[in-house]
Amino acid sequence: MSVDLATVKRVAHLARIAVPEADLPKLQGELNAILGFVEQLDEVDVSGVEPMTSVTPMAMTQRQDVVTDGEIADRIVANAPVSEDNFFMVPKVVE
Amino acid sequence: MRQERSAGSSQFNLPETTDVTDLTRLTLTEARDGLKAKTFSATDLAKAHIAAIEKARALNAFVLETPEHALKQAAASDARLAKGEGGPLEGLPLGIKDLFATEGVRTTACSKILGEFIPAYESTVTSQLWRDGAVMLGKLNNDEFAMGSSNETSAFGNVVNPWRRSGSNVGAGGSGAIEGNHLVPGGSSGGSAAAVAADLCLAATATDTGGSIRQPAAFTGTVGIKPTYGRCSRWGTVAFASSLDQAGPIGKTVRDSAVMLRSMAGYDAKDTTSANLAVPDYEAAVGRSVKGMKIGIPKEYRLDGMSPEIEALWQQGIAWLKAAGAEIVNISLPHTKYALPAYYIVAPAEASSNLARYDGVRYGLRVPGRDIVEMYEKTRAEGFGAEVKRRIMIGTYVLSAGYYDAYYLKAQKVRTLIKRDFELAYADGIDAVLTPATPSAAFGIGEKGSSDPVEMYLNDVFTVTVNMAGLPGIAVPAGQDAQGLPLGLQLIGRPFDEETLFSLGQVIEDAAGRFTVGEKWWA
Repeated sequence: MSVDLATVKRVAHLARIAVPEADLPKLQGELNAILGFVEQLDEVDVSGVEPMTSVTPMAMTQRQDVVTDGEIADRIVANAPVSEDNFFMVPKVVE
Repeated sequence: MRQERSAGSSQFNLPETTDVTDLTRLTLTEARDGLKAKTFSATDLAKAHIAAIEKARALNAFVLETPEHALKQAAASDARLAKGEGGPLEGLPLGIKDLFATEGVRTTACSKILGEFIPAYESTVTSQLWRDGAVMLGKLNNDEFAMGSSNETSAFGNVVNPWRRSGSNVGAGGSGAIEGNHLVPGGSSGGSAAAVAADLCLAATATDTGGSIRQPAAFTGTVGIKPTYGRCSRWGTVAFASSLDQAGPIGKTVRDSAVMLRSMAGYDAKDTTSANLAVPDYEAAVGRSVKGMKIGIPKEYRLDGMSPEIEALWQQGIAWLKAAGAEIVNISLPHTKYALPAYYIVAPAEASSNLARYDGVRYGLRVPGRDIVEMYEKTRAEGFGAEVKRRIMIGTYVLSAGYYDAYYLKAQKVRTLIKRDFELAYADGIDAVLTPATPSAAFGIGEKGSSDPVEMYLNDVFTVTVNMAGLPGIAVPAGQDAQGLPLGLQLIGRPFDEETLFSLGQVIEDAAGRFTVGEKWWA
């Protein structure tokens, strides 16, 4: 399978990465090189094979449903590019 | 110079002082024993390494130096050592890959998108190193988000391999910059490997998603072990591909790596994939007999067009293990060739999900836009480098509606088959598998992957199977190529049997000797 320019553009948008029009053809070539490489997997017969969900046989551990920390809002927003009163600030999203 | 000093010392009946520049040449365990014997202090050790780092800035191994922090920790270690106290790593100066969150110390994953991120918490792995008394010299360079095999994708620029081809034009220029076509140290843990090889730290932390500990170790004549998935907590380590990522050490010797891993490993309730198993005393496995062990030699690792040097290295490794009493068994791991293509579906898929968090809202870079979506898109376009963008886009594509079954699900099925190959070999009584660590020695900067990303990916052809199967793997230096560059062998073990790898690794180290960079041409 290979991707056309429109697909590259759509995927870039899905990935939330702005790609200038001029860069699309180069990126298309690179993505198609990778997709061409992984095409080898078509040779493998996977009928009846379970997909791996965990590389080591272990049950996901559960912890008590209790609060274990908190009251650290100031530390949580400490690295935010923009914050106010311990809130993350973003551009207006609701009209 | 040294003779004069010791003559002077004896004249005034003072204890003989150790030349501090020599302290960086010690191994981690030699330094540990020297501290215990009070031959030198933790402060002496820290100072010697700080001075070596200052002189080696042209190698670009460190992206952040923390000398004051190191001296403070060293002073505390000296106080503990004076009282006869101290942990297993007391007073030993280490380098930390910039993928580990360090509280109050900038952590960037060598990406512009994290900017000047200062964690408010410490990764579990590094917290255990400090618990055991280790000293932090600074943060080490790596490929951006650990995506790369040459350290060329770092936002801080590439790292220079302290090894040079014999007769090469590489040298330190008048301005202190490196001149000539230098070699890459491998990646993604390129800063870790270069720093250990150049004696800038006694050992370093590293991480391995497809070969990022073992390949740079092989390229620099150092020892690197990726433990079994679940052995080291992933908590506080910047995530790349969560089902593959594992932390591990890079050290000067097999013994040093064993000591490091014991401190790094262990159960952590904060990582749901952490294995709740006791951590053995790995150092005790170093030097243990390997007599009667069955070593598998997988025919699928003999690639078409493989260099005769790599083949000879492999045969030499077989001969050494045989001489130590191990039994050599030819085995087949039929799905080997599909590990790398499956990896380039699974790893980017997980990366695209993990890296969705870099949105310009909670931390790191923000580039303003007309609305929030444009802000996301511009922030991520500006903050991520080319390789990271490629992988996020591949991951987004293979997970997108209509393609999930054809790519991701299929790759996870192939992964089951890759793991089954190893399980069958181990069920037949194989104790460990011996392979080359890399298809070649270190290559030059800009030599690979500029037109086709897959060319770079092929570097991990021998290491990536181990991540896909969640197994432990160690790279041990075993020889040199015709140009004098180090080459490594890889040993792959049973799940959670890192001890066997340390025993076998020591046999190779004893037979091959250590490979150290002679002249410090950069200093």
